[in-house]
Amino acid sequence: MPISKDISLDLQERVGSAAESKTPLQLIGGNSKEFLGRVPAGEPLMVNAHKGIVDYSPSELVVTARAGTTVSELQNLLAEENQVLGFEPPEFQGQATLGGTLATNLSGPARPWRGSIRDAVLGVRLINGLGEHLRFGGVVMKNVAGYDLSRFQAGAFGTLGIVTEISLKVAPKPAAEQTVCLARDQVSALDLMTKLQNKPVPLSGLLWIDGILYIRFSGAEAAVQSAAKRIGGERLMDKEATEFWMSVREFTHPFFSGPQPLWRYSVKSSCADFDKTPVLIDWGGGLRWTREAASMEPMRQFTEAGNGQVSCYRGGDRQGEVFQPLPPGLMRLHQRLKHAVDPLQLFNPGRLYADL
Amino acid sequence: MANLKLQLLTELLKILPEAGIIQDEETLRPYECDGLSIYTEMPLMVVLPDSVEQVQKIIRLCSRLETPIVPRGAGTGLSAGAMPHREGVVVSLAKFNRILSIDADARQARVQPGVRNLAISEAAQEYGLYYAPDPSSQIACSIGGNVAENSGGVHCLKYGLTVHNILALEVVTAEGDILRIGNQGYDSCGFDLLSLYIGSEGLLGIVTEITVKLLPVPETTKVVMATFDRVEKAGDAVKQIIAEGIIPAGLEMMDRLAINAAEDFVHAGYPRDTAAMLLCEIDGMAEEVDEHIARVSAVFNKEKAGCIRVAADENERQRLWKGRKAAFPAIGRISPDYYCMDGTIPRSQLTKVLTTIQSLSDIYQLRVANVFHAGDGNLHPLILFDANVAGELEKTEEFGGKILELCVDAGGCITGEHGVGVEKLLQMPYQFDPASLEQFQRVKLACDPQRILNPGKGIPQLKHCQEYRSLSQASVGRHADK
Ligand SMILES: Cc1cc2nc3c(=O)[nH]c(=O)nc-3n(C[C@H](O)[C@H](O)[C@H](O)COP(=O)(O)OP(=O)(O)OC[C@H]3O[C@@H](n4cnc5c(N)ncnc54)[C@H](O)[C@@H]3O)c2cc1C
Repeated sequence: MPISKDISLDLQERVGSAAESKTPLQLIGGNSKEFLGRVPAGEPLMVNAHKGIVDYSPSELVVTARAGTTVSELQNLLAEENQVLGFEPPEFQGQATLGGTLATNLSGPARPWRGSIRDAVLGVRLINGLGEHLRFGGVVMKNVAGYDLSRFQAGAFGTLGIVTEISLKVAPKPAAEQTVCLARDQVSALDLMTKLQNKPVPLSGLLWIDGILYIRFSGAEAAVQSAAKRIGGERLMDKEATEFWMSVREFTHPFFSGPQPLWRYSVKSSCADFDKTPVLIDWGGGLRWTREAASMEPMRQFTEAGNGQVSCYRGGDRQGEVFQPLPPGLMRLHQRLKHAVDPLQLFNPGRLYADL
Repeated sequence: MANLKLQLLTELLKILPEAGIIQDEETLRPYECDGLSIYTEMPLMVVLPDSVEQVQKIIRLCSRLETPIVPRGAGTGLSAGAMPHREGVVVSLAKFNRILSIDADARQARVQPGVRNLAISEAAQEYGLYYAPDPSSQIACSIGGNVAENSGGVHCLKYGLTVHNILALEVVTAEGDILRIGNQGYDSCGFDLLSLYIGSEGLLGIVTEITVKLLPVPETTKVVMATFDRVEKAGDAVKQIIAEGIIPAGLEMMDRLAINAAEDFVHAGYPRDTAAMLLCEIDGMAEEVDEHIARVSAVFNKEKAGCIRVAADENERQRLWKGRKAAFPAIGRISPDYYCMDGTIPRSQLTKVLTTIQSLSDIYQLRVANVFHAGDGNLHPLILFDANVAGELEKTEEFGGKILELCVDAGGCITGEHGVGVEKLLQMPYQFDPASLEQFQRVKLACDPQRILNPGKGIPQLKHCQEYRSLSQASVGRHADK
């Protein structure tokens, strides 16, 4: 069991005094994702000491943990019961916390089939800008009482308060897993990705890089065997396969290194190929990464007409906007909602957008 | 009021053709309630816009005149969410009934809110795709209503709720602005507004367009039925299946009263002399389905099921489901009225909660039938009563309230899929503390500063909560007297 410590009262007090002195706070969990979002501002407030498992009921497929618990600790605990976090979050050398993972809504290669952390969230506890410790959602699979302010935290980069506790739906570890590779150029890889996703096969990964399409199946042994056989291609050894998917999830794959800014496109999976190099395509076409010295504006051409959205994941100008700018109406709504939860704008000012 | 009505009418006629405005009592009557007909109210009028511009203008007009707006889909809701406001206008989305496009390659469809849930899967069928969330009301309910309630269904155990199956929304705000939320990709930058709007019961905006995710139709689907001589054993079997690492496509439970009512009604082939029955559906590739059906059957055996039957063919599978799907109307045949509750509990609490409900049923002298989503822990106790017997409705409501509180006490919540509406306002403070309720109110005001969208629903005003607390004190006192 990971170490357990409840510092929520301290945190509430910190918010109270920040409110009094009108001092904005920069929330820091494991500090594994400082590079993400716009440059942090405000007085640093470490929240990772608030940690530990509050409840874990394997037969309910539900775990509740304090937000400072690291993803690695949680995964280890789940592994003992043959369960996993379906959304495959990066662990960033054991530093990533659950709270940070929710705030950034990061999910790994299985996301199209097993959902994101947002999809797994059942409930949260949250300290708002008034220093109140609130509870939304719960520990059950279905709960539609009140507005869903728990999933609402996903991707908010901590601008909507200090998430102190998270209840998540967990998944049984797939009985079997297999990865096969096929040599394909980008256009035909995308084409095959579309075809495969339109078939009822137990996919859990579809990724293309450097002329190779990686196809991962997960599920019951017999189903995985038969699906992989139907595809053909070259089978990766289990160890090799695990390492490969891990390198993508953890951003340690060579593609992600280098000085140029790293761009992330979440787009409609069947979007045309990107005429850029280098490109990495994940999520069956739904997530595309490029590296290039460019600014936000020209990158947006790929995400026009609601096709998707672009953000600058790492590097580049982090004083400017790093997430695709919102149209004025949506920005206004964001500001009002922010005000509804954090009226003094204490939490992570400007981390998500300059005007938020 | 007459003045306001006249003014509204004059202005509405500039926005809509005469046929798009209903104001005579006879035609208004069917709109007085939703599927929960114990709550009724007549609106000033009902309007039927057919374009987003009309919706926009209607909202702006109502905002100017500070007139309440109640959005309405198909009116199958079970919490009086679409019940009209006496001084307000019902905005029916019935004319927004087009499937705008199906993008088979991206497995998504753009639809208008008035499209029936089932119609989406029917239209997607030619591409080998379907829309997964399937409320039992799917032949009638609208996708807009599903979005507003975050509806669930039999297959949500494996495929998630509405919130897990929507990619984008077009929403007209309380101020008449058009917002596009989400996109055709998986993630969005900024706040997760989809989560906020889905399940917001028409309190934050009117949804005018929806992009849904479609899934490939599974290769094979099989169902296994098992009966148990004690409800407890069925509850244990549910727990055991999940603990096995199997996620069934659906896992439903019915009790003796429900089984027999359904059997009388549609002759599904259920064994009658049994305390509880489980229907467990598995879908996927043939190999996987066979393996899991075998393992589920083994669990049933271990839990000493009486009869275990795997549907031999598609016909038999359909018949087994028919009984489940017809269960509500079937109960309607054996009682003048019934009242459907909707709490969710952790699965481990199933037996305990069902037993307590039974003892409450004895105390209140009202029969209860159970038909529900056991895999999700989402209970639907149906309280049987007769509204023509003086005091019986009030007794039923009190009993229902107790069931919801029981669900909260067991670690669950007061509504799993039907929403709060008017019906469960009283129980909201049982689940949420005052600060959380106030937080909801501030979120509401951020989206609807004049509170013109579906006022009096979903989130109680704090003064209600105080009334509630004194009320429940009083009722505790009453029972102690007995
Ligand atoms: C027999 C029966 C079985 C049922 N089974 C299930 C079930 O298995 N699972 C389940 O979840 N529910 C079930 N329901 C409840 C109901 O069908 C769902 O809540 C459904 O989603 C309501 O859809 P509707 O179109 O009828 O909405 P309505 O009843 O018309 O409205 C519901 C709410 O949504 C709002 N609304 C409607 N359209 C819009 C819009 N376009 N924009 C904004 N707000 C809007 C309304 O104001 C109201 O608050 C069942 C109901 C019945 C009668």
